[in-house]
Amino acid sequence: MADQIYNAIFIGSIYALFALGFTLVFSVLDILNLAHPALFTLGAFTALFAMQQGVPAALAVVIAFAVCGGAGVLLDRVAFAPLRRRNAPPLSAMISSIGVSLIVIRLIQLKYGPDLQSYPRGSLPADVMTVAGLQIDTLRTVIIGLAVALMVGLTLLVRRSRLGRELRALAENPRAARLLGIDVDRAIAATFFLSAGLGGIAGALYGFATNSPFSQMGLGFELKAFSVMIVGGMGSIPGAVLGAYLLSFGEVASLTFLPSELRDAFAFGLLFIVLLIRPSGILGQRAVDRV
Amino acid sequence: MPEPMLVVRDLVVRYGPIEAVHGIDFEVGQGEVVALIGANGAGKTSTLAAISGLIRPARGSIRLGGRELAGAPPHTIFAAGLVQVPEGREILARMSVHENLLLSGAADVRPMYERFPILAERRGLPAGNLSGGEQQLLAIARALLAKPRLLLLDEPSLGLAPKMVATVFAVLAELKLAGTTMLLVEQNALRALRMADRAYVLELGRIGLTGTGAALLRDDGVGRAYLGA
Ligand SMILES: Nc1ncnc2c1ncn2[C@@H]1O[C@H](COP(=O)(O)OP(=O)(O)O)[C@@H](O)[C@H]1O
Ligand SMILES: [Mg+2]
Repeated sequence: MADQIYNAIFIGSIYALFALGFTLVFSVLDILNLAHPALFTLGAFTALFAMQQGVPAALAVVIAFAVCGGAGVLLDRVAFAPLRRRNAPPLSAMISSIGVSLIVIRLIQLKYGPDLQSYPRGSLPADVMTVAGLQIDTLRTVIIGLAVALMVGLTLLVRRSRLGRELRALAENPRAARLLGIDVDRAIAATFFLSAGLGGIAGALYGFATNSPFSQMGLGFELKAFSVMIVGGMGSIPGAVLGAYLLSFGEVASLTFLPSELRDAFAFGLLFIVLLIRPSGILGQRAVDRV
Repeated sequence: MPEPMLVVRDLVVRYGPIEAVHGIDFEVGQGEVVALIGANGAGKTSTLAAISGLIRPARGSIRLGGRELAGAPPHTIFAAGLVQVPEGREILARMSVHENLLLSGAADVRPMYERFPILAERRGLPAGNLSGGEQQLLAIARALLAKPRLLLLDEPSLGLAPKMVATVFAVLAELKLAGTTMLLVEQNALRALRMADRAYVLELGRIGLTGTGAALLRDDGVGRAYLGA
């Protein structure tokens, strides 16, 4: 039982990290960035590439953050900025992000093929501690700790810092933000950097935990992140975190008590029930609650 | 003689095929209060939007302190000292009063709490909970914190209760006394002309009359069109 709870916390932390980046871009820019799973995958492979060059795992995570953050900024320049300038409808941004996503995945496949990969032997901590009869492996514990720290860090950044205030102003009223002297291009770049960087870290950490990164590992996360965001309250950061853990606990509970075929059905059914009770999501205020 | 603080020449503003402002010229001198009056749809807000960089002018020159700003992005224009209190106030309704003030970029917002005690009382509330007049004071306070060289005000009295209109104009009078350079757009032409050193009348995207506030107040045409006289 304790094992299952531990596992739910772990997978929920990954979902939350993934969903945070997705939510951040949505809340500030009203864009559903469907390339987010590709950035997640890119994070896992950036870490893999770095560690194959002998870089230690901790530094590889930082590199994955920076590379994916940069890729996110580039993604905006290529896929979203031109559409924004022309006031294109949100659907076209979704299509162009799918396009970029396919390109990123193909590039990864070009180098690593479609098969499961593994991180260099001995590059990840493999020891298991037994605490109060509970088997806890160091790697997952570190990952949970890091994920929680990142969630807290992002929340503080958005709530307390000047950049966070600017992002919230931009989310609420772009015209007012411009009149307040906010450099909107810079704020958008920062949003994409943070979002994609977090997605990249989530990918690297998930890759570590499974030790089997592969080019399609992002599949399925998109739908989960989307559901998590809706259930938490569109655009709400604490909502996304809550939704992520709700989903992971639902999944683990269904695995424990029901046949495994029902895992997704049960988890999504649970989210559906939450929406019936609170149509705007757990922390959603009316239609949209931002950041 | 040095050039006036703001010099606008041949400004044209277009929305796609529609031309809203047809090549206007005007200036605002250091320490001057200039009113821009005109009927609804005359192009006043469009003019301010172009000056603030929200809309790229289709043609023309906008110089602040000798520096060309036409076509520059809004944050560059803001940093150059041109700060707008927009029509409809555009406060951030979901953010607190305090956060709205911090968005000015000022490190210390206390001077505005001393100046407008009502904002100090409301500092933790979402700005959207304030009355229209309080929101207008917040918008003005936020703009002042940015230490503008030129303050643009777009219909600051629009939609306010009469008592609040008086309060807002009293604040503007204080600012004038303190030497603040202002370009004031108003529907309330009577109050605007009384306050202004000089004024321009905008008609369908062109400047019709111009003169001192007092002269325009005496003008028959202005009286009939804008003062209900
Ligand atoms: N975003 C816009 N798109 C198209 N036309 C606009 C837009 N904004 C204003 N206009 C038009 O430009 C003209 C001037 O409007 P505006 O500058 O708002 O006038 P005022 O502030 O003097 O009432 C009006 O005819 C208005 O319909
Ligand atoms: Mg107007």
